[in-house]
Amino acid sequence: MENAWLIPLFPLLSFLILLLIGKRLREASAYVGILLTLASLVFSILVLVERFSEPTYLEQFTWLTIGDFHLTAGFEVNQLNALMLFIVSLVSFLVHTYSKGYMHGDERFPVFYAYLGLFTFAMLGLVLSPNLLQTYIFWELVGVGSFLLIGFYYYKEEAKAAAKKAFIMTRIGDVGLLIGMILLFWQTKSFEYSEIFASIEAGAVSQTMITLTAILIFIGAIGKSGQFPLHTWLPDAMEGPTPVSALIHAATMVAAGVYLVAALFPLFSASETALLTVATIGAFTAIFAASIGLVQTDIKRVLAYSTVSQLGYMMLALGSAGYVAGVFHLMTHAFFKALLFLAAGSVIHAVHTQNIEEMGGLWKKLRLTGPLFLIGTLAIAGVPGLSGFFSKDEILVAAWEGGHPVLFLLALIAAFFTAFYMFRLFFLVFTGEARGLQENVHESPTVMTLPMVVLGILAIVAGYVNTPWFGTFLGDWLVDGNEVLGHGHMEGPSWIMIAATVISLLGIYLAWLIYGKRTIARDWLSGQGGMLHTVLYNKYYIDEFYQLTVISVTRGISYFLRFIDTFLVEGVAKGMVGFVHGLGKTGSKLQNGQTQMYGTVAFLGLALLAFIFALTGGYLK
Amino acid sequence: MSSVPASAFLALALILFCIGLFGALTKKNTVIVLISIELMLNAVNINLVTFSKYGMAPSITGQVFALFAMAVAAAEAAVGLAILMALYRNRKTVNIDDMDTMKN
Repeated sequence: MENAWLIPLFPLLSFLILLLIGKRLREASAYVGILLTLASLVFSILVLVERFSEPTYLEQFTWLTIGDFHLTAGFEVNQLNALMLFIVSLVSFLVHTYSKGYMHGDERFPVFYAYLGLFTFAMLGLVLSPNLLQTYIFWELVGVGSFLLIGFYYYKEEAKAAAKKAFIMTRIGDVGLLIGMILLFWQTKSFEYSEIFASIEAGAVSQTMITLTAILIFIGAIGKSGQFPLHTWLPDAMEGPTPVSALIHAATMVAAGVYLVAALFPLFSASETALLTVATIGAFTAIFAASIGLVQTDIKRVLAYSTVSQLGYMMLALGSAGYVAGVFHLMTHAFFKALLFLAAGSVIHAVHTQNIEEMGGLWKKLRLTGPLFLIGTLAIAGVPGLSGFFSKDEILVAAWEGGHPVLFLLALIAAFFTAFYMFRLFFLVFTGEARGLQENVHESPTVMTLPMVVLGILAIVAGYVNTPWFGTFLGDWLVDGNEVLGHGHMEGPSWIMIAATVISLLGIYLAWLIYGKRTIARDWLSGQGGMLHTVLYNKYYIDEFYQLTVISVTRGISYFLRFIDTFLVEGVAKGMVGFVHGLGKTGSKLQNGQTQMYGTVAFLGLALLAFIFALTGGYLK
Repeated sequence: MSSVPASAFLALALILFCIGLFGALTKKNTVIVLISIELMLNAVNINLVTFSKYGMAPSITGQVFALFAMAVAAAEAAVGLAILMALYRNRKTVNIDDMDTMKN
C-alpha cells in the first residue's frame, strides 16, 4: 500500500508519452495506454487485496506552510478508496482495450488515448485524496478530462455545445462544493477528512453549519453526478465517443459525486436535514430520469437517463443512511452500466446509427453483443441472481428502514420504469424485423468483445460479495466496526425483496407485451396520454425552461456587462491609448531631422520658460 | 555720445537678434542661415559693449570679451562654411530642408 501513489501516475505517464510522441506512434499508442492502465489495474488489485488484511494507510507531507498552518498533500488507502481504485482502474483498462477497436481509423487516435490517460489519472488521484483540497483539485481535473472527451468530435456542433454544457453545468455545482469546503475549513481549521470528522464528533461545529456545509458539498455532487436539477448535461454528454460514455458518464466520473458523499458520510450523517435532502433529491432524480428514459429513441440517451436514475438510487441509499447500499450499488452499477454502454457502442459500430427505431432483429447478427447486452439489461432491471438485484434490494431496504415510505415507493416505481425501458430498448434493438438500412452488419472485433465479456461476468457475479443469503463480506469490510457508517447489512422485511422482484418482472412483462409479442399496440400508451408522452419525450422541457429563465437572465446581465465593458472600461482605456499615441505622434513629427525645427522648438520652450519666469517673478512654487 | 541712452543700444541689439533668429529658423538657403547666425552673434556683441560702458560696473572687460567673441565667431563661420562646402560637394544642394540626416 506504500506504493499506491504510483497507481495514478501510470495513466499520467501514458498521457505525457502520447502527448509527446503520439503522432509518431499512431495506432500503436493504444498499446502504451493499455499497458500502463494494466499496470494501474495490477497495482490496484494488489492494494485491494492488501487492504483486506491491513489497516488504513495514510501518507502525507507538508505542501505549503502559511503562517503556522500547514497544507498537506498525500494519499490514503481506506476501504472505500481501495474499492474505488479497483473499479476505476478496471473499467479504465477495459475501455482502453475496447477503444482500440472502436476508435480504429480515427484521425486523432493518439489524442483520444492521451485524453483517456489524463482522465484516468485525475479519477485515480481523486479517489486517493486524503483531504478536501486535493479532492477539489482532482475533481476539477476530472471535469477537464470529461470536457475534452465529450468534445472529442469537435467538428460536430452538438459535441462542442455538449462539452461546454457539461463543463458549465458541473462548474455550477463545483461552486457549491468550493463554498462548502471553505466553510468547513473556516469552522474546523483543516481540510483533512479525519480532522474534519474528529471536530464534528467533538461537537466543535454548530448543527446549522454542519447542515449548511453538507448541503453545499452535496450541490457539488449534484453537478458531477447529474442529479436533478443539474442533470441536463449528462444526456447531452452522449455526443462523445461511446467508450468515453462508458468510462466517464457511466462508471467513474459521474460516480464521483456519490463517492464524495460517501467519503464525507460522517459529515452528512451528523445532520438529519442534509441526509433528508440527499435522499429526497436522489429518489426524485431516480423516478424523474427513469420516466424520461421510457420514451427516448436514442440508444445512448436511454442509457444516459438510466445512469442519472441509477445515480439517484445511490444518493437515495446514502441519504437513507445506507452507506453500504450506496457504495455497493456504485460498484455493481459501474460494471453493468459500463457493459451496457460498451455493448451499445458495439451495436452502433455495427449499424452506424443511434436511433433504436432504425435497429431491430440484431440478435442473430450480433451473436456475442446480444447476450451480453441482455446480461446488462437483466442486471440493471434487478432480476434475481444478477448483481443489480442485490444492490438494488439493499437500497430499497435502506430507504424503508430509513423511515422514508414515500421515497421507498418512488424508488419502487422507478425500479418498474427501469425494467420497462431497459427491456423496451432490448426488444427494439435485438428482436423483431430489421427496420432501417442494415448492410454489412457484423460482430465487433475480439478486442472489443473481450472487455464486454469481462464486464458481463462481473455484472453477474459482482453482487455475490454482499448478499443476504451468502454473507455480506463487502458491507462488513466497508464498515469495519465504524459506528458512523452504520451496519454492514440492514435487516429489512423480506417482502421488500419479493416486491422488488415482482415489480421488475412486471416491467419486463409489460415491455415484452408491447415490444416483444406486440399484443399491445406500441402507440397505446402515447395515444392514451398524448400530452404526457410529449412532455416526457421533451424531457419535461427542463432545457427549455433553463433557456427561458436562467440563460436569458444570464444573457441579459452579460449583455449589460459587455456594454459597460465596451463603452466604459474599454472607452477609458482607448482614450488613454489615444492620448499617449497622439503625444507620441506629435513627438515623432517634431523629430524630423530639420535643424530649424529643433531650433524653433528650443526657442519656443525658452520663450515659454521666460514667460512663466516673468509671470511668477522668478519664483516657482 | 553720452546723449544716446543704453536702451537704444539694447533695442538695436534686440532687433538685430530677432532678425537673426528669424532668418536662422526660416530661411531655406544654408548660407543665409549662417549669415543669420552671425547677425545674432553680433547682437550679443553689441550687448556686451553696451554693458561695458553703461553697466553696473563699467570696465574694459566687456569690450575685450566682444573681441574674443568676434574671433571665435570668425573661426565658427570658417568651419561652418567648410562643412557647407563639403555638404554641397556631396549633395549638390544648399537647401537646408534636404539636410535631414539626423532623422535616421
